[in-house]
Amino acid sequence: MSSVPKLNKTQPRWFVFGLLALGLALLPFLVDAGLGRSWVRLLDLALLYVILALGLNIVVGYAGLLDLGYVAFYALGAYVYAWLASPHFGLHLPFWAILPLGAALAALFGVLLGAPTLRLRGDYLAIVTLGFGEIIRIFMNNLNAPVNITNGPQGINLIDPVRLGGVSLSQPQTFFGYTFSGAHLTYYLFLLLVLAVIFISMRLENSRIGRAWVAIREDEIAAAATGINTRNLKLLAFAMGAVFGGLAGSLFASFQGFISPESFNLMESIMILCMIVLGGMGHIPGVIFGALLLTLLPEALRYTGDWQRSLFGQVVIDPADLRMLLFGVALVAVMLYRPAGLIPSARRRREFAEAKG
Amino acid sequence: MDIFLQQLINGLVLGSVYALVALGYTMVYGILELINFAHGEITMMGAMVALAAIGALALAAPGLPGVLVLGAGLVVAIPVCVALGLLIERVAYRPLRHAPRLAPLITAIGVSIILQNVAMLIWGKQYIPFPAVLPQGRHALFGANITDVQIAILLLTMGIMLLLILMVQKTRLGRAMRATAQSRQVASLMGVDVNRVIAATFVIGSALAAVAGVMVSAYYGLAHYYMGFLLGLKAFSAAVLGGIGNLGGAMLGGLLLGLIESFGAGYIGDLTGGFLGSHYQDVFAFFVLIAVLVFRPCGLLGTRVVERA
Repeated sequence: MSSVPKLNKTQPRWFVFGLLALGLALLPFLVDAGLGRSWVRLLDLALLYVILALGLNIVVGYAGLLDLGYVAFYALGAYVYAWLASPHFGLHLPFWAILPLGAALAALFGVLLGAPTLRLRGDYLAIVTLGFGEIIRIFMNNLNAPVNITNGPQGINLIDPVRLGGVSLSQPQTFFGYTFSGAHLTYYLFLLLVLAVIFISMRLENSRIGRAWVAIREDEIAAAATGINTRNLKLLAFAMGAVFGGLAGSLFASFQGFISPESFNLMESIMILCMIVLGGMGHIPGVIFGALLLTLLPEALRYTGDWQRSLFGQVVIDPADLRMLLFGVALVAVMLYRPAGLIPSARRRREFAEAKG
Repeated sequence: MDIFLQQLINGLVLGSVYALVALGYTMVYGILELINFAHGEITMMGAMVALAAIGALALAAPGLPGVLVLGAGLVVAIPVCVALGLLIERVAYRPLRHAPRLAPLITAIGVSIILQNVAMLIWGKQYIPFPAVLPQGRHALFGANITDVQIAILLLTMGIMLLLILMVQKTRLGRAMRATAQSRQVASLMGVDVNRVIAATFVIGSALAAVAGVMVSAYYGLAHYYMGFLLGLKAFSAAVLGGIGNLGGAMLGGLLLGLIESFGAGYIGDLTGGFLGSHYQDVFAFFVLIAVLVFRPCGLLGTRVVERA
């Protein structure tokens, strides 16, 4: 019990939390009933992107290090899972054993990327991280000869689904008389991990480390002058972000059952960056919202064919071609109307108001 | 055939195209500190519009000499790209000049997605072949080959770069641009119309992009709605390699990147004992880029920016 009064913090209202928990628990069933099974899978994917966005948020949002190669860690996590749990090498390690391995390898690469780039700033850092992401992708694409490590552009197939204590998440399971589909079960697993990642992010944000990151973001020289070890903290930011990326990658591999270098291109890194900037950089609710929005919006835009039919009586432009165009328009429009993001943190909103006025 | 000389020629030609696009990135960056992600797409638009115009002209008047047709393509493509550049600056960047730094980056990404998809809707998803109007001459040069197209690209880029340097160093507009790059605020106090200078920067950059787009599609013999992405990426890397914001740096970086790529493709197999093939040319290019930036964090010609107190 601290005697310092908590500022700007209301007492937790348990019924609100209870309602939220109930809503989250029922969500896949509502979505399944309202929109169909494929949307439950999309929901799973959206949760994955929440983990990715929160991971990148540590690097870009807290520490202010513009990373355009974040997808490399995602790829590493995915490939580690694929190597250790598929017929490719004949290994079938359990899920919980691989997850830390994927995260650890990603963290190692995070430090490997961070170390040479400590002196770089802003856009120079962006281009080096971008290069790093491309290097990883090209290696994944070509390491099928002379030794077949990644199976090249064909990718790795038949990756084991998650098995928890004998329960496979790829088949429907019956608990307490209810049958849960694989997508539903995956949703609960991912939701659990997302909550863990949110918890870690929140604790980090208000910790000594988190405040040091923000100090580095705002002014690195001043931060160093106040005794912050900028080198170690920047490396830590890269490593922490990479851990979340690797984790999400492993989950992705088990979820899809198939991975190829195609999934880990630069556009993916850019999309994750868009999620956090659009949502509200450095602000956890904003980042979560951005990730959900940018994952679900392109899918929702597939329905433009129906709108066109009701508007013009026919499909004028193939919705598959139109959706990315509308997506681009949405990106521009949101940034023009809310330059600090859809749900900016109080600090950014204040700064922006000052800069404007 | 002399492989070394051949790779040198290929690298110089490729590099000079990169340099043209990189100039557009670096000019905008120098003045606005903004990565104009849509610049690669403007290059693509230039190529597409020029191809459409050249195709139409070749159909309407089949007998015209190739150079004239190509010139007509440029005449159509340049104004379109300039208009696009101005429009993008006005709609997507100007309102965000005082916004957080990453906001215009996201609108830039949005604009480039829009341009890609507009191009896809207009010209389709397939590769568009360059109409057969170009001179097909090939000249032997100390055991290597150089085509007419390559010679034209080299001469044209050299001419354009020279003009650009003269413009920036000698004219009133050039002086205004340099002043704006140093400090937007002080420049405006000295009577420089900053908005006009920024618009002029976009005009010049977009015109260069149009020329580069036509060149690159003539060189490879095709165009595609997605071609701007990789080209833009490479050109931006080149600008960073040379020191972003620095005109000479963009030229040097572009040429170097072209040479690295072409020599990488030619020799990487020998260097690694056949372990890595030529598909690792981009890896090689990025490794060089990273190595250069590790030792010169502000690029080859970039000056160390004074740290903010």
